[in-house]
Amino acid sequence: MLGTRPTARPPSWCSTGDVRDLQHAGGPAPSQRVAMGMGRARARGAPAPPGGGAWGGAAPPPPPAVRARERSPELAAAGGANRAALSFFSCPSLKMSKQQPAQFTNPETPGYVGFANLPNQVHRKSVKKGFEFTLMVVGESGLGKSTLINSLFLTDLYPERIIPGAADKIERTVQIEASTVEIEERGVKLRLTVVDTPGYGDAINCRDCFKTIISYIDEQFERYLHDESGLNRRHIIDNRVHCCFYFISPFGHGLKPLDVEFMKAIHNKVNIVPVIAKADTLSLKERERLKKRILDEIEEHGIKIYHLPDAESDEDEDFKEQTRLLKASIPFCVVGSNQLIEAKGKKVRGRLYPWGVVEVENPEHNDFLKLRTMLITHMQDLQEVTQDLHYENFRSERLKRGSRKIEDEEVNKDQILLEKEAELRRMQEMIARMQAQMQMQMQSGEADSSAVHGHHV
Amino acid sequence: MGLSCAPPRSGPVESKNEAAMSELVPEPRQKPVVPMKPMGINASLLGYIGIDTIIEQMRKKTMKTGFDFNIMVVGQSGLGKSTLVNTLFKSQVSRKSSGWNREEKIPKTVEIKAIGHVIEEGGVKMKLTVIDTPGFGDQINNENCWEPIEKYINEQYEKFLKEEVNIARKKRIPDTRVHCCLYFISPTGHSLRPLDLEFMKHLSKVVNIIPVIAKADTMTLEEKTEFKQRVRKELEVNGIEFYPQKEFDEDLEDKTENDKIRQESMPFAVVGSDKEYQVNGKRVLGRKTPWGIIEVENLNHCEFALLRDFVIRTHLQDLKEVTHNIHYETYRAKRLNDNGGLPPMTVETEENHESNL
Repeated sequence: MLGTRPTARPPSWCSTGDVRDLQHAGGPAPSQRVAMGMGRARARGAPAPPGGGAWGGAAPPPPPAVRARERSPELAAAGGANRAALSFFSCPSLKMSKQQPAQFTNPETPGYVGFANLPNQVHRKSVKKGFEFTLMVVGESGLGKSTLINSLFLTDLYPERIIPGAADKIERTVQIEASTVEIEERGVKLRLTVVDTPGYGDAINCRDCFKTIISYIDEQFERYLHDESGLNRRHIIDNRVHCCFYFISPFGHGLKPLDVEFMKAIHNKVNIVPVIAKADTLSLKERERLKKRILDEIEEHGIKIYHLPDAESDEDEDFKEQTRLLKASIPFCVVGSNQLIEAKGKKVRGRLYPWGVVEVENPEHNDFLKLRTMLITHMQDLQEVTQDLHYENFRSERLKRGSRKIEDEEVNKDQILLEKEAELRRMQEMIARMQAQMQMQMQSGEADSSAVHGHHV
Repeated sequence: MGLSCAPPRSGPVESKNEAAMSELVPEPRQKPVVPMKPMGINASLLGYIGIDTIIEQMRKKTMKTGFDFNIMVVGQSGLGKSTLVNTLFKSQVSRKSSGWNREEKIPKTVEIKAIGHVIEEGGVKMKLTVIDTPGFGDQINNENCWEPIEKYINEQYEKFLKEEVNIARKKRIPDTRVHCCLYFISPTGHSLRPLDLEFMKHLSKVVNIIPVIAKADTMTLEEKTEFKQRVRKELEVNGIEFYPQKEFDEDLEDKTENDKIRQESMPFAVVGSDKEYQVNGKRVLGRKTPWGIIEVENLNHCEFALLRDFVIRTHLQDLKEVTHNIHYETYRAKRLNDNGGLPPMTVETEENHESNL
């Protein structure tokens, strides 16, 4: 296998102490997050700027933080490069790799052509271009959607949120609200759009709940199709929904009729990831029971949720094990929180109850880390499936329908012309009649007046 | 725990008891230790008459005949209704234990299932009927899903009315009327749902509704207080009178006591459980989680104890009285008015009437 095995140097911004904390807390420290310019500023100063032009040179290449990702740049695909770059949600289950000497194939080796450098070029280009991802969250109000999104991306997407009362909700219909946030980490830009659906499941009669959502998804596909078929294809913005987190209530005994109907309506349009939030309501046994029940019901109704692709045989054992674990945990039972609580001497994100503390990032307490891992490691795959499966389905449907529609339209045009002509004729007749009437009136008026005159005289 | 009531007071007999002497059973009270001296100007004869012993006589009667209590639980599936009722009465009285399989599907329409048990404590027998409403609020289209429930409640009033107007009526009319309806609010942490509002608006006029926040272990203390405040405000703004209704407070004492409950404790945020765990050397009812054990009867954890005391230990009799004196009377008046001031006739008498003509 040609290619590099890039080193995994600990990132320039943290000392070894921080590295340990990072492993433990399972995520980049909050101070490293979101601030737009930060990653770039550091990059400029560092001798070997990550994601910069270090690739292809003799200098040691920039470190992806996690060992498993090392393989991906070797796959000559943009997908692989993306995986390397999207290391910002570093996974605690994978260890930080130890220092390894640069194993970049020596350019002086005889027989070296140099196209092994291709993945790096792709990687560099993609990093410059940045990535886009659209995530839709659907679920009844009060299931913990906003809290989970804020916890996942360590941000506050809804700063001035007013929660409407029940009386207001009676009249409301489902709305679509998209918020975009640009996250940057180590030079890699991600433009994340979160599409929220307030009002879903609130009304007494939820029959029309999903119409708005489905038409939104179709609209994005339509727009992409239109752009793709257009003349200028250089800057197509991809607003298609790549993934939909569907929130299932932890209070029920499984799927509700509304859940089933909705998922059946969109499973051919978008990747569905079922999520159970507010999982601290359930004891471990109840969780297992609920998960099993939901999986059984999903199978029973033939709902196609997003399936993680199996780890390829050349991936290392850790990664394979991780994928297996993730697959076994669907649907994920998560707890969201951005409050820092003091527990066992350290500050963790969690929820404080009189009977104990629920830690968000503790794998024994909930599947938050698994969900985050899945989202990050499979972000590329989600996009691919959206492009290759759902979008293609939509496109073929649309074009089939479209051709029929064009014929209909032509027929319609003729009809419309005929109708217009008929109307024109009618109006002309009416005008003629009115003119005749006016003339008669005038004549009779003259006759009257002359009669009157005659009378008077 | 005993079905004991408010602490015994040896003092002047309260008017409540006198009103209750008609049909229903007064709260059992301890015998006064010292014979009471009659008060007032008319007490020309000093000495103990013994009027107060009537309470003891009634108490003995109650213990022999026992009494009925019908409680209805309404809420979406999975909110812990059956578990809570089992916890309230510390017995397996709900649908869950009467052969209902947890794997059952959600019914397509609202069903009404009434299960009766006789439980006994301290020599007092209670015929408890738990009326469950599976299917409520679970469909995609939940319009008018409260109608079957309203119909059931009115049917029970009708049954009682028919018995009452019978010429040869039974000595003790079996009371199937719903005395109390526990409405389970989902602990979203945001506000009430439109369905909750609609249900309570329609049914607070025919039955005593006690709103309860289910599965309260979802919320931290601050979230709980905030949610309760918001729910109380919403109920007030929408004019929903839940039990204890303000207009039925009889005297100042009742009013202050009920005000405190209405404005601070209700709706009760409860957690139910029928499993026992060992905590600090005691066996308590609770829920075990990886981060701690939630004790059901611990007031720091949830308000189950408050709900239990409220429904069973202090206001059980009042619930029955309000149902009989107010809700039932309202129904009866409406029926008689509809019938032109005449009592409704049974089918048989109507047929006789026709044959006579």
